[in-house]
Amino acid sequence: MSLTVAEVRKLALLARLDLSDDEVASVRPQLDSILAFVKQLTELDTTDVEPMTTALDVDNRWREDQQLPGLMNEEALANSPSQNEGCFLVPPVLGVVASKKS
Amino acid sequence: MTLSDGYPTETIIGLEVHVQLKTQTKLFCSCSTQFGAPPNTQVCPVCLGLPGALPVMNEHAIDLAIQAGLAIDCSIPPMTKWDRKQYFYPDLPKGYQISQFDLPICADGFVKITDDNDPEKIRRIGIIRAHLEEDAGKSMHDEASGRSDSRIDLNRCGTPLLEIVSQPDLRSANEAKNYLTELKLRMTLLGVSDCEMQEGSLRVDANVNLHIDVNGEKIATPIAEIKNMNSFRAVEHAIEHEIDRQYDVWEETGKTIKDESKTTRGWDDATGKTFLQREKEESADYRYFPDPDLLPIRVPRERVDAAKASLGEMPAELCQRLQTQYGIKLYDANVIVNQGRELIEYFETAATTSGDGKRTSSWIQQDVMRTLNEKQIRIADFAVSADQLGELLQRVSRGDFDNARARDVFSHLIKNAGTVEDAVKALGIESVDSSEIETLCKELLDANPQVIDDVKSGKKQAVGSLIGQAKKKNPNANPKQVRETLLQLIEQA
Ligand SMILES: [Zn+2]
Repeated sequence: MSLTVAEVRKLALLARLDLSDDEVASVRPQLDSILAFVKQLTELDTTDVEPMTTALDVDNRWREDQQLPGLMNEEALANSPSQNEGCFLVPPVLGVVASKKS
Repeated sequence: MTLSDGYPTETIIGLEVHVQLKTQTKLFCSCSTQFGAPPNTQVCPVCLGLPGALPVMNEHAIDLAIQAGLAIDCSIPPMTKWDRKQYFYPDLPKGYQISQFDLPICADGFVKITDDNDPEKIRRIGIIRAHLEEDAGKSMHDEASGRSDSRIDLNRCGTPLLEIVSQPDLRSANEAKNYLTELKLRMTLLGVSDCEMQEGSLRVDANVNLHIDVNGEKIATPIAEIKNMNSFRAVEHAIEHEIDRQYDVWEETGKTIKDESKTTRGWDDATGKTFLQREKEESADYRYFPDPDLLPIRVPRERVDAAKASLGEMPAELCQRLQTQYGIKLYDANVIVNQGRELIEYFETAATTSGDGKRTSSWIQQDVMRTLNEKQIRIADFAVSADQLGELLQRVSRGDFDNARARDVFSHLIKNAGTVEDAVKALGIESVDSSEIETLCKELLDANPQVIDDVKSGKKQAVGSLIGQAKKKNPNANPKQVRETLLQLIEQA
């Protein structure tokens, strides 16, 4: 099983990554080998195995609905490249296709 | 329904309603959910999606979701889990929303509403599921300044939402409104949500299409999903507009559900039109998978039983009780109940104090609700307390003064602080004792003997003119008492 160039481009778009042709060419075999590795799981017979959602043997871990101090506004914005009036400032998103190649 | 000179059509509507649950803190972190704080002041590493931060479920959100589910007759499956819904948008810092995909916390319920065409009939609107999810942040596009950057506020990010998905069982804009009213009523009666639409704590997406009957052949138009409406009026108008638009487009292009997949539309209040929204690129590919950071929930049966026991009265039972307990009509009970918990409590307190449910109900529906509307305030901010209204109406029933005088007292109480007694004194209202009334009536009858003859020959209404005169001579005279006294005196004459 091998991923097509179009499939790699679609994945890149979903992850909002702008890959060059060279990068697509180098990422493609890497993704293939990851998929092949995971595919080993299909060798197991899971006919009578219940689907599971966690490997841990616990459930129902929750907390009380009690407010605790969070971050100050300056702390929250500390790592943002651009900010304005206490907000994160981001480039426009709507209508912009992340990958220039598509 | 038939559009003017067109084929008969049936409108098919399904609603997705997002209700913000009334918790102190967010779904997976301990930040406040309070509305209206300065941007990015109710945030922490978890809701900012900082690396290494881990979510922990809010127990109260789970209880509220169970209560809400029970209130719409859903079952609560023994196991529920969390899934990641992946998409990239700047108001979603983790790059995924924690939601529930295949095992929602509430499944398969229904809500009953009155039939649009026949108020005697009840329609059962199916509910497919209700699931918990976290809200996203807010992006603000400042188009006026010509700046292309967006500002992002993540305070709302992680706020618990319950998304309630109906079957496509609704058949008109009005039915959609009735369904929403019923849903909101149930949620607010339970205290599960405030459903404050201006604050975005109830938001609606509507899936709409038409079944057009062309000489016996049923043709379905492509489905449009109208997103993110935050008033009942917007939902109603958007659906009405969408019905006309889809019919026109079908007439023009002949396109059916087979030719076009579902499209996403927005609603513009200003133009009164829906408009095609540009799809977020590849947005449909959410690639759900179980969130490995969170454990499944096995809802203990005792929790569901406890929630069931604490559910309280739902609207229909409440109407029934108000009718029998306070002797009011079903119609009146409905009007009061539809106003929500605060007004119901106000009515019950006032009716108990006054001892007259009917009078209290009509005063609340007329004088109180009109004032609330005029002032655009809620009952909690109303100047006249339930006890004051109750006392006032009790005095009317007792015959201290009539409705007209009571209205003067009511207006005085709205404008001035103080007790009912203060208002009565300030307005110079005195109760007139019966001997005074009798003297007054005797004088009037002596001056107008023809009234005695009229009444004796069967025209009881003849006393009406004397009541007016009595009122002029003594403004505090209770008309009811004057009328009774007059009739009594005439009978004895
Ligand atoms: Zn937080």
